[in-house]
Amino acid sequence: MSASSNMNWDRRNVLRAAMGLAAAGGLAACGSNTGRSGGGSGDTLVQYFHAYGEAGVEQAVKRYAKAYKDANVTTQWITGSNFEQKLFAALLTKNAPDVFEFHPQIQLIKSGQVADLTDIIEPVKDDFNQADIKSHTVDGKIYGVRMIDDPQFFFYRPSMFEKAGVEVPKTLEELIEAAAKLKTSKVKGAYLGNDLTPVQHNLIWSAGADTLTADNKPAFNTDAVADGLKQLRGLFTSGDLLLGAPADWWDPSAFTQGLTAMQWCGMWAMPVMQKALGDDIGIFPFPKVGSAGKESVYNGGWSMFVNAKGKNVEAAKEYVKWLWIDQKKHQEDFATSYGFHIPPRTSLAQSATKLKSGLPAEGVKLFNEFGHFDNIGWTQAMIAAINDVMANSVRKNGDPKAQLAAAEKKVNTELKKLFG
Amino acid sequence: MSTTTTRGVAKNPAPAKVSKDRPRRGLRANSTFNFWLFTGPFLIGLVIFVFVPIGWSVWLSFFEARFTVTPSQFVGFENYAAILQDEDFRNSLVTFTVFAAFIVPATWALSLGLALLVNRLRFMRAFARSVFFLPTAVSYVAASLIWKMSIFNGVRFGLANTVLSWFGVENIAWLSSPDPPWYWLVIVTVRLWLQSGFYMILFIAALQNIPRELYEAASLDGAKPGWQTFRHITLPQLRATSTAVILLLLVAAYQAFDEFFNLLPKATWGQPPLVELYKMALGENQNYGAGSAGAVVLTLLICAVTLLQGKIMGFGRGEESK
Repeated sequence: MSASSNMNWDRRNVLRAAMGLAAAGGLAACGSNTGRSGGGSGDTLVQYFHAYGEAGVEQAVKRYAKAYKDANVTTQWITGSNFEQKLFAALLTKNAPDVFEFHPQIQLIKSGQVADLTDIIEPVKDDFNQADIKSHTVDGKIYGVRMIDDPQFFFYRPSMFEKAGVEVPKTLEELIEAAAKLKTSKVKGAYLGNDLTPVQHNLIWSAGADTLTADNKPAFNTDAVADGLKQLRGLFTSGDLLLGAPADWWDPSAFTQGLTAMQWCGMWAMPVMQKALGDDIGIFPFPKVGSAGKESVYNGGWSMFVNAKGKNVEAAKEYVKWLWIDQKKHQEDFATSYGFHIPPRTSLAQSATKLKSGLPAEGVKLFNEFGHFDNIGWTQAMIAAINDVMANSVRKNGDPKAQLAAAEKKVNTELKKLFG
Repeated sequence: MSTTTTRGVAKNPAPAKVSKDRPRRGLRANSTFNFWLFTGPFLIGLVIFVFVPIGWSVWLSFFEARFTVTPSQFVGFENYAAILQDEDFRNSLVTFTVFAAFIVPATWALSLGLALLVNRLRFMRAFARSVFFLPTAVSYVAASLIWKMSIFNGVRFGLANTVLSWFGVENIAWLSSPDPPWYWLVIVTVRLWLQSGFYMILFIAALQNIPRELYEAASLDGAKPGWQTFRHITLPQLRATSTAVILLLLVAAYQAFDEFFNLLPKATWGQPPLVELYKMALGENQNYGAGSAGAVVLTLLICAVTLLQGKIMGFGRGEESK
């Protein structure tokens, strides 16, 4: 009996200790280490980055942050393909990042989520690519600092083209024919990403239409775009297209592994491709769709924003100014040492020797000649509406006109919310 | 286990008397305190992580809550009207029904089959049990990535395509095209692999509970071992477990999210309710009001289906039906 009662005492003590620990743990969680200081000094910042695929970028971003003396900057490296969803959700919480990278989209400004950065950009405004300034400006205020411009176009294998007797396609018809000729039992003709959405905006631009008009009305619902969708549907069902590749379009693997003769990708992938394939790489813009169209390149990219609702807005602005305005050495390192990106700062773009010759120089040329920059009025909800068009009328056999009309309705709803 | 119980029962009266004269703080003395001691931590977790969010969700569903979870504009049943008219949400219920029609019977049959097989093993039974149970420990996200990237990818060196190519079949892009809907094969097989082992264990436990005498009696009455005893003894004896398994499977199917989210990004088909609600509440629009209304509708549906199923199959009447 005594033994057993001892046992009970032991159990009780153990239980008490466990409860105490649990309570302490709970309290500690309430105090919570969210990666920011409790306030006051405001010298702890959190930054969000999407996961760049190129080796060394994460380390570089953390290295820059460490070199900053006025605040302790921690980096959240967000993996997965739904960066925007994670970012948007985080911005509503107390654990929101102080600074984050994203694309210029007006709903962030209308909902007061991003801070006005005009005062830090204004002194060097003229040194920026003016298209990048324009795409970040609303009512004369500039809301984000462009870090890199990322032109997206087709990569192709000249050796395969030669063997199949194919010329670089100038129209979508020619692209579809080329894909058919290039396809062998081992190699598919073309790769436009597993869900084809990467080319959705180029299809619109190359058909002579646009996402929005200058006064923010939908401009994508045209017959030429519908015809383009029909043609893409043909390509999708032809069996000439690479689909379901383990690595999606932003990764050069499908191209470097010889799974496809053409791939839609971005300039960032050039170093890896060159290492794998040497000189056997060419690039061309998204071809013309219909007779009235014009070839197009998507000048994507990433920008730094400051969370206007964060606790350390001023400190965050200081950090963004330090890194993305003042530290040209870091900016050049970021743009050219890992993947290739075009620096939005004219002075840097001119001095970046790696982009001066060969394939990267051709990329810069396409960027300047055919490039379409982001439109700040074109938001994630509208992009999602066009994603649905691609899913329903290219991957599924939906009527393109009806799908475009449905998307136009959704876009109009969004526009009404944003502009009244 | 049984000895502890007897000892406890036998000695109970004595300490109870003692405690009147000499009150003891302790585990035995105050049963109310003990009740809260043991259920308290669990209850706190339940309240914080389950009841508060459910309540909050119901509250949100009556408000215009875009880009905020502390809204101020009361809209009554507007969100409910919107969600019930939303074609995507209604389609997601169809998707769920199709999914459940595949996965519930398939898992039930497979796990029962595995249980019967493993239960008959004369050697290495524990090993076989572990082998089939292990996938339960794998995360849905990890498993769907394996299914998507190595087994069912669309390129020539994907496992499924390699096997098909031996028979001269062209590469299939399993997840890219909704027509033919190969994606169901991927989604159903990944879930089968992940969950069959767990239900197999439940069935094994139930099988071992069937009294041997029943089979002996049946054999004396001339029942042939095999289908006849399975049909007339094993299956009826498993009724309670089967009911529970089907119920759990249905609820799990309703909660399906991970594999659909990871296997079918940017698709407009094959979107079950939770993915649809996730897009609504956490997508571009962050419409927490409509999302919450959808969640409440879904909860009510699950309750209704569960009650109905209980009524039809007699959940909880399992003991008497033995």
